[in-house]
Amino acid sequence: MRSFAYVRPPDVAAAVRAVAAEPDAKFLGGGTNLVDLMREGIERPGTVVDVTGLPLQQIEELPGGGVRIGALVRNSSLAAHRLIRTRYPMLAQAILSGASAQLRNMATVGGNLLQRTRCLYFYDGAAACNKREPGAGCAARDGFHRGGAILGASGACVATHPSDMCVALAALDAVVEAESVRGVRRIPLAGFHRLPGDTPHIETELAADELITAVELPASPVAAHSRYRKVRDRASYAFALVSVAAALEVRHGAVTGVRLALGGVAAKPWRASKAEQALLGAPATEESFRHAAEIELAPAEGLPGNAFKIELARRTIVATLRQVLTQGGAA
Amino acid sequence: MPAVLLRVNGTTHELDLEPQVSLLDALREHLGLTGTKKGCDQGACGACTVLADGVRVNACLALAVQYEGREITTIEGVASPLQAAFVAHDGFQCGYCTSGQICSAIGMLAEHGDDVPSAVTEHLAAGGVELTDAEIRERMSGNLCRCGAYNGIVAAIKEVAGADAAARVPAEAAR
Repeated sequence: MRSFAYVRPPDVAAAVRAVAAEPDAKFLGGGTNLVDLMREGIERPGTVVDVTGLPLQQIEELPGGGVRIGALVRNSSLAAHRLIRTRYPMLAQAILSGASAQLRNMATVGGNLLQRTRCLYFYDGAAACNKREPGAGCAARDGFHRGGAILGASGACVATHPSDMCVALAALDAVVEAESVRGVRRIPLAGFHRLPGDTPHIETELAADELITAVELPASPVAAHSRYRKVRDRASYAFALVSVAAALEVRHGAVTGVRLALGGVAAKPWRASKAEQALLGAPATEESFRHAAEIELAPAEGLPGNAFKIELARRTIVATLRQVLTQGGAA
Repeated sequence: MPAVLLRVNGTTHELDLEPQVSLLDALREHLGLTGTKKGCDQGACGACTVLADGVRVNACLALAVQYEGREITTIEGVASPLQAAFVAHDGFQCGYCTSGQICSAIGMLAEHGDDVPSAVTEHLAAGGVELTDAEIRERMSGNLCRCGAYNGIVAAIKEVAGADAAARVPAEAAR
């Protein structure tokens, strides 16, 4: 690994100053992605600002029933927390279905949001990748793209965002709080990650010197009736081919509340707003679920190696909604 | 080079380490504790699993400097009935993954004791999840065994978990 300067700031103000002062400085959380990328030479920060000692480790209930999660809460602590397990079970399940217990014990919430893609060509320094080297081309399009995007991809990039946690956060209308030397701002998770377009190297709305300090979940009664379902090439410890976060509330046979988001299908966690609109007020039946999935996936486009994911996503949406309807949420 | 104070298996060591040195390399190359293995060196196999303040982590993705002040436990510092149980149940063939498996299992049993759920836990709100084979396999999925000794690994852990539940009776079958 290339050498770098290591600093451990005492507070958030010092941390954001340290990164603002050095153009090639980066924040370091649990290290599960950044250390790996640094070892591969893909990330090459000159200064690493270790934020894991900062006091952003709390999970607090907000007035009105929401929850505020410090950015440095470990993924495992978040998934195990009572408030999350009972009020937002899809979030606990999403986190628990990602990575391994060891990695979840290390990884932070802020770091999870900023994970880079697992596209093989992004990781292979000898391959063409517009995300790693703008203008270089995309080897994945004509290469191995089983994990690639079916929604919102571009000619420049077919990478997917690897996070499970973010899929649930997208469904739950989470808000990201970020701080820099310019102050504090709040970014809705739905608009936090970007689709690739012509600039796949720009992955989020966050500026390089902004530190994620917290994620807030609004109160959501429907979220108590929710599940996360992940389909992958092995039963555990693998990234999603397709995943679905679904919450459903039904009264007198009709859908009165729904939250739906997809993972493994796009460069961002994909909030299935069109499907939600189609479902609201519709009878809670298999037919409605299928119709909603079809509407959401109408613009989906597959490549030879991942076109199967369109049908897989359709079926997984229906199966997850059916499971919430018949068995209730995962709590 | 900056001095890094690492506390490993109850002893504090002052090491001259560049910040890019991983906890795994610090243990193996600087402290001679080669029980912790380097498999993939990218967080995909679990061979490097150690305990930090009792919590299992992958030492390959940990910068040593980040773990200053933490209590690191490696296989050299472990005395657990799991070790005898792995022998008794053929929980390994080549043994390369075994130290990671045992450190991971110690961390896993502690997590279970703290009521941490898993991806296969049926009801997340309920406590006291039983450590079935499915639960053990899911909770141990971060440790790969290329010899495929998984059945023995599950049996060894299940025996010790059962013994734990019955007031920590050591694994007599292993003697």
